[in-house]
Amino acid sequence: MLLQVDGLRKTFGRRVAVDGIGFALDVGEIVGFLGPNGAGKTTTMRMIAGYLEPDEGVAKVFNIDVAQDRRRAQERVGYLPEGAPLYGEMTPWSFLRFVAETRGMSREAARHAVRRAAQDARLGDTIDRPIETLSKGYRRRVGLAAALLHDPMLLILDEPTDGLDPNQRHAVRDLIKRLGEERGLIISTHSLEEVEAVCTRAIVIDQGRIVADKTPAALKEEHGSLERAFAALTRGEERV
Amino acid sequence: MKKRPGLASLGAVYRRELLAYVTTPTAYVFVAVFLFSIGLFTFQIGGFFETRRADLTPFFAFHPWIFMVFLPAVSMRLWAEESRSGAIELLMTLPAPTWSLVLGKFLAAWTIAGAALVMTVPLWATVNALGSPDNAAIFTAYLASLLMAGAYIAIGSVMSSITQAQIVAFVLAVLVSFLLTALGLPLVLDFFSGFVSGGIGEGIARFSILHHFDAAQRGVVEFRSVFYFVSLIALCLGFTALAVDARRGG
Repeated sequence: MLLQVDGLRKTFGRRVAVDGIGFALDVGEIVGFLGPNGAGKTTTMRMIAGYLEPDEGVAKVFNIDVAQDRRRAQERVGYLPEGAPLYGEMTPWSFLRFVAETRGMSREAARHAVRRAAQDARLGDTIDRPIETLSKGYRRRVGLAAALLHDPMLLILDEPTDGLDPNQRHAVRDLIKRLGEERGLIISTHSLEEVEAVCTRAIVIDQGRIVADKTPAALKEEHGSLERAFAALTRGEERV
Repeated sequence: MKKRPGLASLGAVYRRELLAYVTTPTAYVFVAVFLFSIGLFTFQIGGFFETRRADLTPFFAFHPWIFMVFLPAVSMRLWAEESRSGAIELLMTLPAPTWSLVLGKFLAAWTIAGAALVMTVPLWATVNALGSPDNAAIFTAYLASLLMAGAYIAIGSVMSSITQAQIVAFVLAVLVSFLLTALGLPLVLDFFSGFVSGGIGEGIARFSILHHFDAAQRGVVEFRSVFYFVSLIALCLGFTALAVDARRGG
């Protein structure tokens, strides 16, 4: 099993962000996290990536408990944080080198990994331009390349296509599908169409809990369409 | 072939941080302001020429006061900027031990301070042209000044790790640096002696940066002063690591 999550819970002050989330993920699966803003998608992803520690529950990557043995688990995960924060003054090349070397790769291995990840993420000739001058689409691709550097089996991508134009979205989706063939992926998205296009499984989260965990086709069949499924399953902030 | 993970990430963070300093104008501005003010203080207020002695005492005497403003400006971005931009999430999801990130950033800022100090060497050359100073003493004072600079940067590192706003980090670091420096001033000691016995007042003074730099700037190396600065740096970096790690708690 690539990833095993059990009873994850996280509170910030009095607000319960994640309230007992559990699921498992295997190679070949592309799981889409769906849910309104503030449902707990990002917090869940952060706990799996080892950025936040859960108050309760465990996340295990290749049977390694992320909270107990954080660095060993993180070696096996590629993570794209929400909004893909980067260092604007660096070029993609120097930024990716930095990530590779921080991951403990030798200079030679880092060079090799950067070349491969840049190719996978289709960075093209932007590799030598300062990141702050790149378009949103290219910045997202740099973030993706950083997540791919060490060729992880498990990828966690928080809103990988958010803010991209249709062409860029299409390119990233193709990449995700290709990566999902021999890895496990979790992506979060607000686009129901994207879930239908790339995900093998949809996990709908509302108010910190999983309210549905099915294939997109099964959700559609049950509710007529994914829009209706989303509206029926989640309450969101507006309707509380 | 993998290197030791901690050392590899320390090196990577150090190089990135140093690159960030030299590719943005801020470091150059700070170093220029530092050189300008140290010159101003040494010649105008310190009376470098009026002392008619070939030494650098008027120069070193102002280091604590200039460092306490200059170095918080260098260290303020270390962690605050990472939190503001969100890049800290990227950093903390890499399999690197926290100490290696803290130390890498600290060493990069310290290198900038060291570079600023190196640029004052023409002054040292001038003194040698004018007379025959005790060069061993001056060299010792330079080393002590560098060590003291490390302490101010370590204080700045803690303050930068507890806020997202660089300016808040700067103000807090100046404040704490000022308190730690001025504890040794007669002015402050007199204030304390008003309500504590002389022995305690003197005890407080022993914890001041000024007290420990005093002998060193005349070229006298005291083990306890070296120990004081090294412990201050270690303590502050320890606090920085705790503050950074505390983020995982949410």
